[in-house]
Amino acid sequence: MKIYNSAEEALECVQSGQTIMVGGFGLVGGPLTLIDTLVELEVNDLTIISNNLGEQGKGLGKLLEQKKVKKAIGSYFTGNRDVGDAFQRGEIEIELLPQGTLAESIRAGGAGIAGYYTKTSFGTNLAKGKETKMFKGEEYVLEEALQADVAIIRAYKADTLGNLVYYKTARNFNPLMATAAKTVIVEVEEIVEAGELKSDEIATPHLFVDRVILAKKILTKEGVIEHG
Amino acid sequence: MANPIQEAIAKRAAQELEQGQIVNLGIGIPTLVANYVEHNHVYLHTENGMLGVEDVTEEDIDPNIVNAGKFAVGEAIGASYFDSAASFAMIRGGHVDVAILGVLQVDEQARIANWAVPGKNIIGVGGAMDLLVGARKVIVTTTHTSKDGKSKILKECNYPITSTRSVDTIITDLAVFKYIDGQLHLVELMPGADLKTVEANTEATFINSLK
Repeated sequence: MKIYNSAEEALECVQSGQTIMVGGFGLVGGPLTLIDTLVELEVNDLTIISNNLGEQGKGLGKLLEQKKVKKAIGSYFTGNRDVGDAFQRGEIEIELLPQGTLAESIRAGGAGIAGYYTKTSFGTNLAKGKETKMFKGEEYVLEEALQADVAIIRAYKADTLGNLVYYKTARNFNPLMATAAKTVIVEVEEIVEAGELKSDEIATPHLFVDRVILAKKILTKEGVIEHG
Repeated sequence: MANPIQEAIAKRAAQELEQGQIVNLGIGIPTLVANYVEHNHVYLHTENGMLGVEDVTEEDIDPNIVNAGKFAVGEAIGASYFDSAASFAMIRGGHVDVAILGVLQVDEQARIANWAVPGKNIIGVGGAMDLLVGARKVIVTTTHTSKDGKSKILKECNYPITSTRSVDTIITDLAVFKYIDGQLHLVELMPGADLKTVEANTEATFINSLK
């Protein structure tokens, strides 16, 4: 694990054609600093795995606007009408997954599980083309694990080893994505010395974490503000 | 702000809840149910990763505590936070007692459609499909008819269904239906509604089980 001075330096490893996981549930728990830097990079043909794809022209929505997204995998693109429009124009591929399936597929991807069966989506349009199997008299759908080249996530605090703790509902997909990408880049509000976080409150042990930066954007009651 | 019709539906839905239940509230009318739940009566779960949701006053808002609708909520005594995989393990694994959901359509097999409208550019499913397969009891809350006056309680959903699972209870501004042994039963009229209006606005076949 290495602490980087800026989002630009931490993200220099991102290349065109890669798959990027992005944490957060809307703005809450989103790596806002890293997202704003990612959209400035000269890369394209990205596959983005994230619950949402920002809002129109905001956050990951900017990446879409700049036509840098080849495919989006997520569960709720409703908040950004550009996603539907881009899909209709054939500019992006979309893989829509139930939110629990999205979460479990990322968990599986980080845990060495290739696929799993879930009851969710059986008999619906989202299960079309997917293998099904009966267990104990009930039908299940085969879902495959998700993995990425890079994950950008948000945590509350990191220590100098890269151990992470999260804050309230800003946790969401972040600890899962920390396990499922080759390079895991985290932004945090505070970096403390190893030993300062309580051992049994660490949610993501440092072995999952590659790069840490201090967040420059903080979500407040009044919206997102620049900090530090 | 919610209108009186939505408030009446939410208030009626709250009466379905029993002491100590774990309850997940969907977006829209279901969110309003929280306003009618007595303090400490049930434990509210939200799929973005929290058990123990309660109301929050303007000055106590923490931008990092939100519900599935991304609205600010408060933290009840004994609340906990968890990641999205654990949250959906609770849902899919049958640990949530009741889910209250909004719908676009519901049919006479009590199957619901609430995630997609053909020809519309809205792409999202969220946690709806997981809640349908996992919650022990599913209550749906909806206006009886759409804005253009068409019945939302149909013979068969013509929007894509959310699950093959039938819901247990349907609460509208006109009536309460229960799905029992493969049939819809009208069990209650909402205040101010009469049977004729319910019949005229319900496309689905139902059994009159009014007492």
